[in-house]
Amino acid sequence: MSTVISRNVHQSTLDDANWVRWSLIAVALGFVILFLCVPLVLVIIQAFSKGFGAYFSALSEPDMQAAMRLTLLTALITVPLNTVFGVAAAWAITRFEFRGKNLLITLIDLPFSVSPVISGLIFVLMFGAQGWFGSWFVEHDIKIIFAVPGIVLATLFITFPFVARQLIPLTQEMCSEEEEAALSLGASGWKTFFLITLPNIKWALLYGVLLCNARAMGEFGAVSVVSGHIRGMTNTLPLHVEVSYNEYDSVSAFAGASILAGLAIVTLILKTILEWKQTNRATV
Amino acid sequence: MSILLSNISKNFGQFAALHDIDLEIPEGELVALLGPSGCGKTTLLRIIAGLEQADKGKIFLDGDDKTDLHVSQRGIGFVFQHYALFRHMTVFDNVAFGMRVKDKKLRPSETEIAKKTHALLELVQFDWLHNRFPDQLSGGQRQRIGLARALAVEPSVLLLDEPFGALDASVRKDLRQWLRNLHHELNITSIFVTHDQEEAMEVASQVVVLNKGRIKQQGSPAEIYDYPANEFVSKFIGQTNEFTLEHYTVDWFKHIGLPISAESKIAHVRPHDIEIVKTANNDTPITLKDWQHLGALIWIELTKNLPNGKPKLVYVEMPNEQFKRLQLNRGDKVDLKVRHAHWFN
Amino acid sequence: MSQSRIMPGFRPTVSFTVFYLSLVVLIPLSTLVFKSFELNFDYYLNIITHKRVVAAFRVSFSTALGAAIIASFFGFIVAWVLTRYSFAGKRFFHAIIDLPFALPTAVAGIVLATIFQPSGFLGKFLKENFDLQIGFKPAGIVVALIFISIPFVVRTVEPVLQEFDSRMEEAASSLGATRWQVFAKIIFPNIFPALLTGFALSFARGVGEYGSVIFIAGNLPYISEIVPLLIITKLEQYDMPGATAIALTMLVISFLLLLLINLLQHWVRKRSG
Repeated sequence: MSTVISRNVHQSTLDDANWVRWSLIAVALGFVILFLCVPLVLVIIQAFSKGFGAYFSALSEPDMQAAMRLTLLTALITVPLNTVFGVAAAWAITRFEFRGKNLLITLIDLPFSVSPVISGLIFVLMFGAQGWFGSWFVEHDIKIIFAVPGIVLATLFITFPFVARQLIPLTQEMCSEEEEAALSLGASGWKTFFLITLPNIKWALLYGVLLCNARAMGEFGAVSVVSGHIRGMTNTLPLHVEVSYNEYDSVSAFAGASILAGLAIVTLILKTILEWKQTNRATV
Repeated sequence: MSILLSNISKNFGQFAALHDIDLEIPEGELVALLGPSGCGKTTLLRIIAGLEQADKGKIFLDGDDKTDLHVSQRGIGFVFQHYALFRHMTVFDNVAFGMRVKDKKLRPSETEIAKKTHALLELVQFDWLHNRFPDQLSGGQRQRIGLARALAVEPSVLLLDEPFGALDASVRKDLRQWLRNLHHELNITSIFVTHDQEEAMEVASQVVVLNKGRIKQQGSPAEIYDYPANEFVSKFIGQTNEFTLEHYTVDWFKHIGLPISAESKIAHVRPHDIEIVKTANNDTPITLKDWQHLGALIWIELTKNLPNGKPKLVYVEMPNEQFKRLQLNRGDKVDLKVRHAHWFN
Repeated sequence: MSQSRIMPGFRPTVSFTVFYLSLVVLIPLSTLVFKSFELNFDYYLNIITHKRVVAAFRVSFSTALGAAIIASFFGFIVAWVLTRYSFAGKRFFHAIIDLPFALPTAVAGIVLATIFQPSGFLGKFLKENFDLQIGFKPAGIVVALIFISIPFVVRTVEPVLQEFDSRMEEAASSLGATRWQVFAKIIFPNIFPALLTGFALSFARGVGEYGSVIFIAGNLPYISEIVPLLIITKLEQYDMPGATAIALTMLVISFLLLLLINLLQHWVRKRSG
């Protein structure tokens, strides 16, 4: 009898009154719907506002196609580079003790705290016509700023920490005992990495790659500074959206935006799956 | 394979984990590295394995200098405290791992690997679970898989870090016996680390007692218990009463003979080495305080008021039968006779 | 150092990390610092104390502050509801919180502008019913920055709420505290450091944000022009020294904010033991 009573008391102490609960849920969901759901839905509505025909013809415009290709190309270059870096950095930081380690961790996070516009500006300062190496590149007829290399460099900078950030806490928490066990059984360093470390971190690694990719494809501020907005040449998809929007070509702007929003939705879905996989990795 | 450690030292920053360790382990022994936590026993084990590098000193396996050989080349089997099973692999794949990562030239064929893996799993009484993942196993089961995995590479030395530390008391008891039998069967030179003296005494053929980074004594369990080399070992292994030799205690030791320079001596006496004599003499008023039944033995607590007014507790252990014959009651005055003592400075 | 001999790959991974970090981040960033050394100090002061620049800093900081406060308030409620209550569609709401991380800022910018501009469906509604204009005003900047800030607050507060030891609540209740007292005296003080961290992260991000803001801001000098936009304007006018000076000031402030956040997190970790 007493246990039944105490359980009821126990529940009521931790549960909020119904009216509190429902009003908080209403406020939270109202806020999320207004700020997150409505914008997402509106992208789709706007994209199809002039019908399917207009939408698909906007998507098949050569400038739009060129923008998509450039966005893909940029992601294709930057994501693998930053992934390799992220894995190496996580290994170096979590598997060894060395002087300056904390400084290194702080420096890796640096691009997160730099405004995207400044991230673009530094490359203009380096490679622009008045920049440090500008004149040398002009002499050799190599264009970096207002060209694809500048876009790649700025994106590389912006997406630099993503993979490393995901991996460092995880590899830290994963004790190195499993790796030591593999080494004691005669495995080489590479085999230990590929057979033991990688399978343990693969979901977090994919997660980092996913976020890195979303940012690489969607980056706007930094790329906007270095691109020069040359249609069909140096416009990435987000830049093409901006240009179209400013020219009141709403269908084209939202058609491009819908592609990017689709990318965001896919990212969120994969992210949810990967989060689930990562927390359940023990039993998978 | 015999193991020889010469002059091993290891510091972690300011902290000296091991000082000048010299240790020789003959082939086929089952050795316990015993000591309180922080004594350096796990560090020593990891240095033998090659998981840790000593600052100074040499390691010889079968007379060959292996000091600078990487852990993956040393041919040891290491069983980790928390097992360190590869959690993304099945039990079978865990055990087969060591064979599969061998160089192509040395690697057995998959059928041979399968055969050997199943044989090992049978050895640890586990073949029926080979498709499970580590997380689906109990602690004792994981421990056995950890052992089978280490044995798969045919190690010349088996090293076990606190092999029973994370297990329930009942499982621990079974596994100890099992490990002993397994060692008899395989006869691989083995070293295990433990902080539990009972475990060391029960399982090992040789015990090495460590404290604060130094070896305090090495010997068979009987030697360690019956002839402790110093105060630390005497106190750490088994129960002991500590007496400072003063005028009122001298009588207790008379019939076994006192050491020559009696003044600064400390005597350690095991509870079962004290005899209780009933007395009417009130000059040595030791009082029987309480007793507990431990089955065949009785554990007796005696008190004596010291000159400084504080009571001193003395513990005595005797067979049940003998205790009954004495017909003692709480509060009885008794006298003591020490049968055997160890003397330390 | 001994560890480095056991685990393989110390030299290659550390040297690659440092090399790549220098190439991609440190050298480019240092350009900004060295370029600003070329500026005369008086000239530098002249630029950053110019009325329009000061106004832009004021707009950037005040809107980021306002947005961070609002986002912290609502973000806390969202985190609370997501960890404490169960309701239909919780998984969906949980997933969509990260939308601002995944949605490119330019897309967020044009869609928020479309919603809140005077002819947009919410903009029109607010204008007609409350005589309130958000689009093309500083309020529009706040709206865009709230959007950006939501996941920062929710994702910082959520894990702390999740790990909060409910036995403390039970203990407080057993000692006679009302539900509100339990919240105010037990739960909130424990969550506060995380909330503060979330607030600081949103603020820092808001100050530098560009893409989601420019479409909705109206970009009127002195009123709704933000610092990142001013840097771009200077660049487009080929005023490199001007852009450099403003950018350096902004960078220094960002780093100070970063330092503050790190101190905060250190404090949180120390408090939580």
